[in-house]
Amino acid sequence: MRIPPFLTQRLAISCMWIITALTLGVLIFVVAYILYHGLPLLTWTFLSEAPRSMGREGGVLPMIVGTLWCTALAVLVAAPVGVATAIYLTEYTREGRLTNIIRFGADCLAGIPSIIFGLFGFVFFVITLGMGFSILAGSLTLAIMVLPTIIRTAEEAIRRVPQSYRDVSYGLGSTRWQMVTRVVLRSALPGICTGIVLSVGRCVSETAAVMLTAGAALGFPRSALESSRTLALHFYILSREGISMPLAFATASVLILAILIINLSAYWLMRRFVTKVV
Amino acid sequence: MTEQNINAQVQRNFARLAGEAAPPPPVPCAVGQPKMRIENFSASFDGTPVLRNIALDLCPRQRLAIIGPAASGKTTFLRSLNRLNDLNPAFNHTGRILLDGQDIYQSGQDVAQLRRRIGMVYAVPVPLPWSIYDNIAYGPRLAGIAAKADLDRLVESSLQSAFIWDEVKDRLGELATNLSGGQQQRVCIARVLALEPEVLLLDEPCSGLDPISTAKIEDALLALKEKYSIVLVTNNTKQAARASDRTAFFLMSDLIECGPTNQIFTNPTHQRTSEYITGHFG
Repeated sequence: MRIPPFLTQRLAISCMWIITALTLGVLIFVVAYILYHGLPLLTWTFLSEAPRSMGREGGVLPMIVGTLWCTALAVLVAAPVGVATAIYLTEYTREGRLTNIIRFGADCLAGIPSIIFGLFGFVFFVITLGMGFSILAGSLTLAIMVLPTIIRTAEEAIRRVPQSYRDVSYGLGSTRWQMVTRVVLRSALPGICTGIVLSVGRCVSETAAVMLTAGAALGFPRSALESSRTLALHFYILSREGISMPLAFATASVLILAILIINLSAYWLMRRFVTKVV
Repeated sequence: MTEQNINAQVQRNFARLAGEAAPPPPVPCAVGQPKMRIENFSASFDGTPVLRNIALDLCPRQRLAIIGPAASGKTTFLRSLNRLNDLNPAFNHTGRILLDGQDIYQSGQDVAQLRRRIGMVYAVPVPLPWSIYDNIAYGPRLAGIAAKADLDRLVESSLQSAFIWDEVKDRLGELATNLSGGQQQRVCIARVLALEPEVLLLDEPCSGLDPISTAKIEDALLALKEKYSIVLVTNNTKQAARASDRTAFFLMSDLIECGPTNQIFTNPTHQRTSEYITGHFG
């Protein structure tokens, strides 16, 4: 028996609704569960004080600062390198074996579990280069970890810029570099920013890679060469070692809110910036 | 003699043996030196010939129309004149194209500089997704002009020359992409004029436009020929008859004939030309 088209249409839409509702439901449940347990403990003292007795009491200010350090340094390193690679892949080479190898490499890199990056960072940055457990070693490891994301999103964004824009730019007497910087990057900026925001999120929430490289010092980091604990790692240690589940939830709440704030402000900035450019 | 030159020579000899007409010698300009002279120019993509032994003069202060059916090499010819074909790695050419007596394909030629002297308007208007002002000022800025007063002057004068100033003078800050198709194309012409070029190339600039926009662009071309040499590729033979001083007819990669427009349209030398302009094929 043939199902009438209008019925298939109804069925398809209902299925999509159910699936969407399920996905959103799980997400909302997880976030709500954490915030329910964490928010009551989220006070100004928690945000503005250092932890006491291994994190059983006190706050998470050093972790917030350490997370900001690690993330900012990682993105500052990865974004220019990643965008430059994407420009090279799309504008400065012809498709060939080399571009395929670079792209394949980036894809492989994207699929590697973060603990492997942590191990690499530990052996290479911490020991071989003698950086010790430090924010620097942690952020360089994070940078390598998010590099593929930045490369591939920037590449996609650059590819989406119409070829006709490039022709027009050449026709008006631009060099390749002028064309890339003034036309292509300007048009691809929103897409590139999306990739960077995604990377910021991954850096903020990363645990395994920073545990082996940035260390887990509780103190307030005074320079990039000191060890520091990130929020995600603090949460992991608090819960894993049974130090304090309530404060672990409070830390997780900070983490979730931080990612929310970062994303919202990034989109807000992007919209402002992009409308200004256009 | 390079291998390509030899190949071209061999091709010509074969053509002669086969009894085909030798390419006509360029019709000399009535007054003065040609602005551009195309000498024995052949082009190919991946070895497939697209232009064969083109010889043509472009005279100062003249509008040259290029007509011919699809795939006859018109656009490739146009894009060869400011070396836009160079962007395609499959492109190859033999012969010379002279601008004021200088070969534009000679090594050491600053291609960006050349493209400022020989401006190009594309078939589909492509405003960059910026304001009208920024679109017009883009070329001059590339060339290093940064002073606001200079840019303002260039923007106004080129928009006026393209017959669009009155329609956009109060909204230069608005997105050029929001204009109508006909306005966009005139902004694109103005954008090229802001480079203060010497030669203007137009690749079917009216193909997607309504008759009124087309008339405005043809009026602009008539006014512009006082300052520039213009090459207009068009699929519309009526437009060629209206809006050009000389016409060249391309067919299957060959230049069949080139002469004063009224002669081409009233008394063409070649049968194929006459068949094409009367609509028997194409």
